[in-house]
Amino acid sequence: MATLNIVNKSPFEKRTLEQCLSRIAEGDSVLLIEDASVVAVTGTAYAELLSGCAQKLYVLSPDLAARGLTDKELLGTMTAVDYPGFVELVTEHERVHSWL
Amino acid sequence: MEDEYEGGVVKKFLYVNRRAPHGTVYALESLETVLIGAAFDQDVSVLFIDDGVFQLKKQQQPEGIEVKNFSKTFRALEMYDVEQLFVESESLAERGLSEDDLLVDVELVSRASVHELVDQQDVILSF
Amino acid sequence: MKIAVLVNEGPYQHQASDSAYHFVAAALDAGHEVSRVFFYHDGVNNGSRLTTPPQDDRHIQKRWSALAEEKSVDLVLCVAACQRRGLVDEGERERNGKDASNIAEGFRISGLGQLLEAGIEADRLVTFGD
Repeated sequence: MATLNIVNKSPFEKRTLEQCLSRIAEGDSVLLIEDASVVAVTGTAYAELLSGCAQKLYVLSPDLAARGLTDKELLGTMTAVDYPGFVELVTEHERVHSWL
Repeated sequence: MEDEYEGGVVKKFLYVNRRAPHGTVYALESLETVLIGAAFDQDVSVLFIDDGVFQLKKQQQPEGIEVKNFSKTFRALEMYDVEQLFVESESLAERGLSEDDLLVDVELVSRASVHELVDQQDVILSF
Repeated sequence: MKIAVLVNEGPYQHQASDSAYHFVAAALDAGHEVSRVFFYHDGVNNGSRLTTPPQDDRHIQKRWSALAEEKSVDLVLCVAACQRRGLVDEGERERNGKDASNIAEGFRISGLGQLLEAGIEADRLVTFGD
């Protein structure tokens, strides 16, 4: 049953995102928050990896906006959610795994 | 301290340890939580992946940095009925380690099968 | 749904306690019950009433205290983490012979068991940290 995986590190700094993606189930979801939000947009070195993911991908929009990235195009595989959307994701998944 | 829990609910708890010991407090505090949690009679598993595998390395000698050698406590987990210790083979291999380097008996799991363990859980604690 | 939250980092240094706060506020607004917020590691620093941020900055401790007062959210600081970091309530002050206490309104100090209990009793546990 599906897990909501939360990643909060930029993959340019730490390998958490790749470590998470290499282990999770296809039916899982990944939510990018805090510094991880920087790779939710097109044009980054991680765009290809994230575009090829089987999992559902989400980014926390206030974190994206705080980092000045709302003028960039979101990856086609990425859905932006606000805090109420974050809460919904938590309730819709069976468990939450924060990759700290 | 409220170590007694009489709710009668048994959930599956998974502790995910991904950090090396000593550089930060998280490894020690995770172990503390496992020990306290044992009093709640829950179904506990502990998973060591990435740098977390270093927590189980034999021969830790932290006396030189004046911190507690809590690695010995992993040997005592059995007495607390925490018997499900899982270590990811790829994490060991990447770090030049093998099962022989570990101070307790563990069950090895592959990277591809980690999610099968996670999928069975009710609560995941990672620090 | 009943949701519990774990906060592992202190205020201002890391975004974790801000993220946790906004998440808790949104969960309450959506009509969910936030049964407990447990503060562990440096997270216990969220509960110091001596916090004095500049006036044009958010007051993280007061924001938490307001949630406790207005929405009855149970804010629990890990006792062992508090003792190591100098977070002291009246009971701890007396027991350990300290000259002051510094716990903010709405927070209480208790054991790690409260985290386990929250994990058992809540439908979901969400962790915020470094």
